[in-house]
Amino acid sequence: MERDAVLLEYPLDSEYILKKRKAIKRQLKSRDMTYIKKKIAVLGGSTTHDMKEILELFLLKHGIEPIFYESEYGQYWQDVMFDSVELSEFCPDVIYIHTSTRNIMDFPTVRNSQEEVAELAEKVYQPFEAMWEKISETYHCPVIQNNFEPPFYRLLGNRDVWDFHGGLNFVNRLNERFYLYAQSHENFYIQDIHYLASCYGLQRWADPFYWHMYKYALAVPAIPELAYNLANLIKSIYGKNKKAFVLDLDNTLWGGIVGDDGPDRIEIGQETSVGQMYSEFQQYVKAHKDLGIMLTIDSKNEEENALAGLNRPDSILKPDDFLVIKANWDSKDQNLLRIAEELNVGVESLVFVDDNPAERHIVSLQIPEAAVPEMEKPERYIEILDRSGFFEVSAFSSDDLRRNQMYQANAARKKQEAGFENYEDYLRSLEMRAEIRTFSPAYMSRISQLTGKSNQFNLTTRRCSLAELEGIAKDSGNITLYGKLEDRFGDNGVVSVVFGHLDSDFPKRFHIDLWLMSCRVLKRNMEFAMMDALVRQCQEKGVNEIFGYYYPTKKNKMVKEFYALQGFEKVSEDDLGNTIWKLDLSAGYEKKNDVIQIEEESVEKQIVLSPVCPE
Amino acid sequence: MTRKEIFERLEEVFHDIFDDSGIVLKDTTTAEDIEDWDSLEHINLVVAVEKCFGIKFTMGEVTGMKNVGEMADIIEERVK
Repeated sequence: MERDAVLLEYPLDSEYILKKRKAIKRQLKSRDMTYIKKKIAVLGGSTTHDMKEILELFLLKHGIEPIFYESEYGQYWQDVMFDSVELSEFCPDVIYIHTSTRNIMDFPTVRNSQEEVAELAEKVYQPFEAMWEKISETYHCPVIQNNFEPPFYRLLGNRDVWDFHGGLNFVNRLNERFYLYAQSHENFYIQDIHYLASCYGLQRWADPFYWHMYKYALAVPAIPELAYNLANLIKSIYGKNKKAFVLDLDNTLWGGIVGDDGPDRIEIGQETSVGQMYSEFQQYVKAHKDLGIMLTIDSKNEEENALAGLNRPDSILKPDDFLVIKANWDSKDQNLLRIAEELNVGVESLVFVDDNPAERHIVSLQIPEAAVPEMEKPERYIEILDRSGFFEVSAFSSDDLRRNQMYQANAARKKQEAGFENYEDYLRSLEMRAEIRTFSPAYMSRISQLTGKSNQFNLTTRRCSLAELEGIAKDSGNITLYGKLEDRFGDNGVVSVVFGHLDSDFPKRFHIDLWLMSCRVLKRNMEFAMMDALVRQCQEKGVNEIFGYYYPTKKNKMVKEFYALQGFEKVSEDDLGNTIWKLDLSAGYEKKNDVIQIEEESVEKQIVLSPVCPE
Repeated sequence: MTRKEIFERLEEVFHDIFDDSGIVLKDTTTAEDIEDWDSLEHINLVVAVEKCFGIKFTMGEVTGMKNVGEMADIIEERVK
């Protein structure tokens, strides 16, 4: 099992994966793990059978259990445009469209004029756009469309790439059209097989044998590469990206051992070629901060030496770049657990980066959920991390850019907390301001990200795609709320999401379908501010009973008594620990938050500031 | 490589691909005899056999093979 789990990581042993597919699947399924089920429609312009089979393995590894719909051979366009009954009954969560340069029926010839080629490009492109639009109207689900790989021959030789008559020029032009569409449409993702094919080797990727023999547009041995990449994209859409690097220092971030060689003798900076190589790697690691990836250190060193290495003037990474630095002689797996705790993230969100195979071994044995890439040679460090797709950027929320800042602000808040007589004084001193409003387009991608990844402070752990959330927001029988919290140390962004629906039979009853909050604002009374806002909206709609639901998972024990704290009464509990709670509004409701100043929508949808009432 | 060795290695490949260590191959074995052996699994099987013996079948060979015996004939010829 251990070997097989490792084999599903980059660099892939494609041959083994293809051959042992059935055994690997059996082993993955026997793991003790809770899976989320997702319905994935694979619509192909060529044979897709093995793609689907291998994709399943990688998705299972990410904790996603796929149920597949596969179009009949080459029917990708017809299935969508002519409303295939099977496809609409299937109700896909994701649609993957696998087309290739083999599906381009018309290529320019040297006899065509520039205008004719432009027209031809539109003629090839338009059916794709029509299909994506149709999917967006009919299925409201994320679409993954791969771009075109380069053609495997070039009639015009080097001229093929720049002359508008060239096949390669034509393919690149079509790809540009795809990207323009991606730039202006949410829920639409490009899988870059143009890049994958060049990494793999185009000659081998586009081997005509597999097309003519089996109608596979790519060589069967390349399928695991494609499926691995696709699974990374899907896991990212469902909020299963990694969140932090846990980095070793000696021979990982610099050459040499700082404790033995001294900070002046380690290899970093522009003086030596080895130093340059580690500098490039440090630069690569540091760039992740802008993506909201958190950096931490887990090193066997005296802390003093670790800091001396990072404080070298030519070190690109500085001590400030790291949210947690564990430089001590404890075992690396213990340090890793502490790091997870301090960052308030699950161990499955961590990527452990260490050149030492013994350390990697102990971490992968003790903490199998953490990612432990094979960091063997420093010249391959960047490639290994980059191709592993741990942080695949499917959605880009402005919160990501600020996440590191926010965690630092959190640390400042903790320091301040120590100096107060009582907790309420402390909360008041934070000068918190919250914006609690109905879902709005500006925040949808963040809201969807939160529903995808919040585990701990999440009452029902309901996962929703962006499209589902948009549907929920539109329905007037629902109440939706997001909460955004600012304080004197910074803006935390959207940290809480709540929605529910009016009972269709008893309109005076309201059911809470989802209630979540980011753990970075625990104990700030934000949950009470949210409840105040929800109750107010319910009262406006004439509701007199609110029902709350708690569904236990491995991770959400912290909110088991959430509704009790909010003044609900327990109505029922089943064998699995699922509980139902009720809040009776007929006798009135007392506002619970008095430490956060609230900006909410007034009845007229105007923004008003309601002052904090000091009771 | 003797024909016996070829068959032993082929059997290993079949066991992996069909995830069934009970499969026993004969010259006359065809897709009819193995439940999961359909045209799609056949592709994977051919790729794995090629890797196992370090050879590549031509299109003519792949379309022409009638049973495991004929597959072994081609392998025998190639790895001589």
